[in-house]
Amino acid sequence: MKIEQEVRGRSLIIRLGGELDVKSAPEFREATEAALDRHSSNHLILNLENVSFVDSSGLGAILGRYRRLQQGGGRMSLVAPAPNVRRVMELSGLFKIMPVFRAEERALEG
Amino acid sequence: MRTVSSPAPLKNHVRMEMAAVADNVALSRVTVAAFAAQLDFTLDEIEDIRVAVSEAVTNAVVHAYGDADLGGGVNHGGGVNPAGGANPGTVTLEVAHDGEALTIIVTDHGRGIADVALARQPAYTTDPERMGLGFAIMESFSDELEVASEVGRGTTVRMVKRPRAARASGAGEAAGDDRPV
Ligand SMILES: Nc1ncnc2c1ncn2[C@@H]1O[C@H](COP(=O)(O)OP(=O)(O)OP(=O)(O)O)[C@@H](O)[C@H]1O
Ligand SMILES: [Mg+2]
Repeated sequence: MKIEQEVRGRSLIIRLGGELDVKSAPEFREATEAALDRHSSNHLILNLENVSFVDSSGLGAILGRYRRLQQGGGRMSLVAPAPNVRRVMELSGLFKIMPVFRAEERALEG
Repeated sequence: MRTVSSPAPLKNHVRMEMAAVADNVALSRVTVAAFAAQLDFTLDEIEDIRVAVSEAVTNAVVHAYGDADLGGGVNHGGGVNPAGGANPGTVTLEVAHDGEALTIIVTDHGRGIADVALARQPAYTTDPERMGLGFAIMESFSDELEVASEVGRGTTVRMVKRPRAARASGAGEAAGDDRPV
C-alpha cells in the first residue's frame, strides 16, 4: 500500500493508494498514528481517491483512527472514495459519522 | 440462438490450499475474480465477489488459528511465523461454477465458532479492534451464505453468486422451458 502524508496547519492529510485490507491496514494504522503523534493534528483528512479496494479490516482501521481523533476533540474527513469503496463503506455506517468531500481542498475548508 | 442440441453449460472448479496468512487474502481475491470472469458478471458483481472472498479468507487468517489472548492481531503482519513457531494453519479456497452460478467455499481447521447465529449478527466481534462486519458484508454481497462450524474442528463458509443478467434471462427461459424441475 502506498501512503503519503502532508501537514497543512493542524490538518494531517493521508493519501492512500492500493488495497486497504488485513495486510495493509496495520501499515496505515501505524503510519497515521505516528504522524498524528508527531504533528498533534486535530483534523485527519483521509484521501481515498487511489484506493481500489476496502474490506472490513480497512473499515476497522479507519474507524480506529476516527475514535482516536474524536477522543482528543479532533475530527476526521474522507475524500473521494471510488464507487466500489463507497458501497462497502455505506454498509458500515461510517458515512454517518464522517463527512465525505470530493477534494482535499473542500475538506480543508470544511 | 439456443437450440435443443446446444451443448450443456461448461463447468469448472479450482481448489487452492494456502497458509492462513495475510498475504494470501489478496491472492484469494485475484484468483476468484479471475475465475468469476468465466461467467457473465458485471464489474460491480465482480467487486462484490472480491469483497465477500476477502472477508471469508480474512476471518480464517485472523480468527481461526490466532492466539485467543492476542485477539485478531496475531496474524496481522502476515508472512512466515518468526522463530519458526506455531504453524499458521491452512485455509482452503474452492471456487466452482456450473455455467450459471459461482460457488465459493472457504474452509479452515481452526478453533471454530461456538454460536454461528450470534457471530453472524452485524457488529458482533470478539476483537475490539474490528467492526464485526465480515459476515454482514458476505451476506449482502452474495446471493447465498452458509456458515458451518464446529468448535475445535474448524469453519466452512459457502457463498453463491449469480450474474444478474443470467438471473433475468434464466427467469425468462424458465417460463417457456419444458425441462423437468
Ligand atoms: N473462521 C473463523 N474461525 C473462528 N472464529 C471466527 C471465524 N470467522 C468468524 N469468527 C468469529 O465470528 C466473529 C464475527 O466475524 P465477522 O467477520 O462478522 O467480524 P470480525 O471478523 O470480528 O470483524 P470484521 O470482519 O469487521 O473485521 C469474529 O469476531 C470471530 O469471533
Ligand atoms: Mg471478519
